[in-house]
Amino acid sequence: MTAMRKLLANWLPAYAFLYIAFLYLPVLLLPVFSVNASPIPKFPLTGVTLDWYAGLPQTPALLDAAWNSLVVGVAASLLSTLLGICAARAITRYRFPGRRAVSGLIMAPLVLPEIIVAISLLLVLLQLGLSLSLFTVVLGHVLICIPYSMTVLTSGFEGFDRSLEEASADLGESAFGTFRRVTLPMVAPAIVSSLLVSFTISLDEFVMAFFLTGTDPTLPVYVWGQLRFAAKLPGVLALGTLLLAASFLLLTLAEMLRRRAERRTKLTGGVLA
Amino acid sequence: MTAAAEGQATPRIRRAVQKSLLQSEQAQGWALISPTFLFALVLLVAPILVVIAHSFWTQDYLTIDRTFTLEQYRIALTEPIYRDLLLRSLYVSLLVSVFTVVLAYPIAYFISFHGGRRKGLWLFLITIPFWTSYLLRVMSWKVILGYNGVLNSGLMGLGVIDEPSTALLYNTTAVVITLTHAWAAFAILPIYVSLEKVDRTLIEAATDLGDGPLRRFLRITLPLSVPGIVSALLIVMIPTVGDFVTPRLVGGKDGVMIANAIQAQFGKASNWPLGAALSVTTMAVVTAMAAASVFIIRGAARLAR
Repeated sequence: MTAMRKLLANWLPAYAFLYIAFLYLPVLLLPVFSVNASPIPKFPLTGVTLDWYAGLPQTPALLDAAWNSLVVGVAASLLSTLLGICAARAITRYRFPGRRAVSGLIMAPLVLPEIIVAISLLLVLLQLGLSLSLFTVVLGHVLICIPYSMTVLTSGFEGFDRSLEEASADLGESAFGTFRRVTLPMVAPAIVSSLLVSFTISLDEFVMAFFLTGTDPTLPVYVWGQLRFAAKLPGVLALGTLLLAASFLLLTLAEMLRRRAERRTKLTGGVLA
Repeated sequence: MTAAAEGQATPRIRRAVQKSLLQSEQAQGWALISPTFLFALVLLVAPILVVIAHSFWTQDYLTIDRTFTLEQYRIALTEPIYRDLLLRSLYVSLLVSVFTVVLAYPIAYFISFHGGRRKGLWLFLITIPFWTSYLLRVMSWKVILGYNGVLNSGLMGLGVIDEPSTALLYNTTAVVITLTHAWAAFAILPIYVSLEKVDRTLIEAATDLGDGPLRRFLRITLPLSVPGIVSALLIVMIPTVGDFVTPRLVGGKDGVMIANAIQAQFGKASNWPLGAALSVTTMAVVTAMAAASVFIIRGAARLAR
């Protein structure tokens, strides 16, 4: 029995590290080949260069795409967080019939093939006579960001002590006043975390943007166009490395805020309970 | 006397107050969730209904003929090209979801049972790669599996093979490897959540009653984590059937999937009704396959107990 246990105890960590390596291998190759002197991504590396990075600011199409992505990302994260706040608040604070069905519907884009969500949206928008633009991309991105916003926000809203809100109401604060002065400060980290997560999703999202964009491409759509040309690959890898760094920073920040929110709501609840 | 009357009146008043409070609470809940609900209704439910409607129509050059017909479904189900693409997509998504779950389970188990105080860090480490651009991750696999790729040069350097293998890229295997990597986190997280819920005292009880580690795992931990396995399987299987980026970039001619055909109908080929019928068929078939898998897993879990 102990031998078996020892085997299991040694086997699992080894497997865990191998698995992590498998997860990170493709991701870590991006930065490696983005500083390779040869434009063909293969080992052995021929030398180190930052030329591919230097070339990025001299590509107007890329700068336009980056700007478009920024605009779409900010708009989508604001909207999805706003809608996420409403839904997460309703689900954590109130009991009403149809609660599960409605939240199931809101979370549905998470488990549907993205192409089907994208083409159905495309059909409707075209039928309504809307022309495709960054606005239609924002609509699509909000749709798929809301489930993530909801998850982050529900975990932030849940578990916090409702007696604080009741106390505020008893002391004569209006419902909105209570939300602004009691609830909001407690859940602020979760809200910022939702903004960051949905911005990151929007920044990397391709399928929706591919179908719903008009003449202005977002960054992933621009990258898709570049992938056809082998010569453009190192520039794409450099761009990808920058995006990777940006995503990593944003998500680390979001995770730190989420944990702070969790600690804060738990701590206050603990003191009062 | 007055006290007794009050004693009778208060519960009634309290009940009335409670009832109106309940109603207003329901109304408030609905009011608060309605913007998000309406957004999902208008941009998700309505569009899907429109797609279903289109699948019963036909298109003549640029105009849509709205007479009811099952012609598109006949094409989608009997034309060999679409039938083959659909079957291959189902095969790929079944393989990918099974591989992903089997590979992810030990990791979720490790984090849940041996993660100690660093559980949060482990989970964060696992999710990070999935926040990088999907396109670039697929691209990276192309670099790894290619003729001059990392794997080929590595194997040649080790002397395992003499010349680069072309069997790695541009086929179904490449698609399966790439998707298995792409969906790992989506399988780890639900399994981890269900393992966290496993009551540890049950395992202790089994130990006290003389069950070894393997029996303990098979009779307690595994059956109790079935809900996590099922949701992991579904969350991987259903979306992967509609992937068109991976087949396009690493699949080559033999790796094309149904989503590539759907994309073509809404793009170059511009036949919306056929694209709609292909989408509806794909969703229906993958839902059936998912339901069957859930049924089989639950049945197996019951038998194992």
